[in-house]
This record gives sequence, structure tokens and C-alpha cells, in this order.
Amino acid sequence: MKVSKIKKTLLALTAAGVLGGAASNAVATTPEDDLQNFREYFYKKFPGVPLNEYGNGVYGIDQASRQTWEAIEEFPPYEIDLEKGEELFNTPFANGKTYASCFKNGGIGIRQNFPFYSKEHKQVKTLEQVINECRTRNGEKALGWKKGDIAAISAYMAYTSRGKAIHIKTPTTADEISWYERGRKHFYAKRGQLNMSCANCHQDNAGNYIRADILSPALGHVSHFPVYRAKWGSMGTMHRRYGGCNKQVRALPFPAQSDEYKALEYFHSYMSNGIEVNGPGSRK
Amino acid sequence: MRRFSRIVSTTSIIAVAITGLGLASATVSAAGTSKSDIEKGQEIAFSRKKGNCLACHKIKGGKLPGNIAPPLVAMQQRFPDKAKLRAQIFDSTVASPNSIMPPFGRHKIISGKEIDLVTEFIYQL
Repeated sequence: MKVSKIKKTLLALTAAGVLGGAASNAVATTPEDDLQNFREYFYKKFPGVPLNEYGNGVYGIDQASRQTWEAIEEFPPYEIDLEKGEELFNTPFANGKTYASCFKNGGIGIRQNFPFYSKEHKQVKTLEQVINECRTRNGEKALGWKKGDIAAISAYMAYTSRGKAIHIKTPTTADEISWYERGRKHFYAKRGQLNMSCANCHQDNAGNYIRADILSPALGHVSHFPVYRAKWGSMGTMHRRYGGCNKQVRALPFPAQSDEYKALEYFHSYMSNGIEVNGPGSRK
Repeated sequence: MRRFSRIVSTTSIIAVAITGLGLASATVSAAGTSKSDIEKGQEIAFSRKKGNCLACHKIKGGKLPGNIAPPLVAMQQRFPDKAKLRAQIFDSTVASPNSIMPPFGRHKIISGKEIDLVTEFIYQL
């Protein structure tokens, strides 16, 4: 009797899981619907956690880990990079121009608008991409994409934008939608030898333990990048993290700043609209 | 990456060959299952590079288990048919397509022989 009860519960859970998966993969939704559903999913999962708290990742949903993290944040491990980033940002190129010349508002307090769809270049552009375009346009060599100087500059630019709500314009044109859909598909598609999607861990199982670690909710992920990770012992960009995630499920990572990751960042960021930028962050 | 997976599969073939040799000399209990099968299954199940079952399941004898998936208890009641348990380990997406559980057999994460051993271990929990 007990057995059949367990079985029934398991079956019900399985069915719910399948339906949930199917619903989130359904095509007939608009980006606005997706955003609404995405938020509501997490609101239901973590009752009482306000939207902005999701910018703190695991620490927004787990009090015990939050205390350790708050202690770390008193002497943030990203401080040295932040200072370096500010210095780099303000150092003129050989031609006398600075990064400020390539951005609206001189590059201060604008992180929340990235990535964005560029009508002129018919593609999604990330903050790191525009930083490097700024360099090459001014006769400087492009920086490596995943860590080092680019992460430091990006960290400084995020820092000047702290407190500004992420504001990715809703994709409406056919090309914007197609970039968005590519990102959304990447998020929900199973991949790698371990056959896991981003959503399997960071949506379906957010808040659960994977061995001794708590899985972070995807809502709010982008707010604190670039990030200093204890595991890396250094700063890294969003695309460095994407590559790591893909490798962990034993999939071949895409190159940093590939269209695939740019599309993913576009979707991922749109889903976090309204959450305040709080980068750079520190994580395990 | 590809070369890495080739090394991995070669290693597992060797591991299986060694395991196979070990089996021949193992004592068989009344139930028809040798103790060493269960122990070998446990080793594979607990190994981070092989089954890594503890990432998601609580299992007797394992430390710091995850809670993504149900604890592995009362397995014979939940899976009276051992073949069904094996099938679930081989590819859980057959029963539920969005399952987060890696399809250990379909994606050749561990060998068929290793799945047999893990099944023996899990079945008696």
C-alpha cells in the first residue's frame, strides 16, 4: 500500500516536471510573458524573497551562507581589480582618447543597459565587446575576453552602475526576437555528456543542494558580474562562467563572445530586468 | 576534449577488464550476488568521476549528499523489478524527458558492466 503511494507521488512529480519543462519550452510566448513566468516561478519557489534579493544569488535565499559571504564582502576580494579597472578606464590610449569617448554618459552608470541589440550592426553587443571595440577603433590591441584587464574595466563600469535597475529593452523586431530565442533555447536545451540544461540546475533545482553546494537561482545571476570567484582565485566575466558551466556538464564550451553566449547573455539579462546592478560580486 | 573522452573510455575498458577478472574469484552468496559486486558498485556510485550519485541522492554510507533527487532507500519496494532499476540508471529520460539525471548508459558515462554493478549496489539499499 505504502509502495503504491510512493509510486503515485513519484509519478505525479514526474508528470509535473515534464509538464513544467514543456511549458517553459513552449514557443507561443512573448519575451514579456517569459519574463513574467520566470519571475513568478521563483517567487513561488522562494516565498517572501523580494525581486532585488535575487541579485545576491544563493545568499539571497540562504541565510547561513549569507553570513559567510557578508563577512567576505567586508574586505572584498575584488577591490584590487576594481582599483586597477578604474585606473585603466581613465588612462588615455596612445591617441589621447579614453574609454569614456566610446560610451554614453562617459561610460559611468550604464552597465544596466548591457547587453543591447545594436540596430546599426544588426547584433547583440555586450559590455566587454564594446570595451574591445573601443580599443581597436582607437588603435589599441583587443584584450582577452574572459579575465584580466577586461574583467577589471568591466568591474569598474559595473561599480559605477550599482543601484541602477537592469534595463534590457524588450525584444520586438524579428532579429531581436531571433537573438533572444537563441539564448532562451540555449538556456533550456539539454547538453553535454551529463545531459543537463542551464534550467535543470538554476531553475528546476535552484535552492537545492548539489552535494554540499546550493544551486543559485538564474533570476538575478547577471547583476553581479564580473565576479571574483574563490574557485578561480581571480575575476572573470559572464562568458568565462558560461564556459565553466558548459564544461561541468561535459559539453564543449563555446568561445567567449561567440554569438551563442551573447544570445544567452541577452536572454539571461532580460530575465533579470528590474534587479539592481551590484557588480562586481564575490562568489565561492 | 575528444581525446580526453577517448582516454576516459579506454580507462574504463581496462577497469572493466580488471573488474571482470575480480568477479571470477569472488564468493557468491545464497542470493546469487557476491559481496564484492555490491562493494564495487558502491565505489562506482560514490566516485565523483563515475556515478557521483551523492551529488543528488542521499545514500547510506555516503557523506554530504545533495537533495536534488529522492534518497535511495527501500529500493526493492520502489523497484521490485531489478531490470527497471537498471533501465532508470541507463537512461532516466525515457521515463521522464526533463529529468536532470544523466543518462549513464545512453551517454556512455560509465560502461554497461559498471551499470550492472551500480544496480546491484542500489538494489540492496
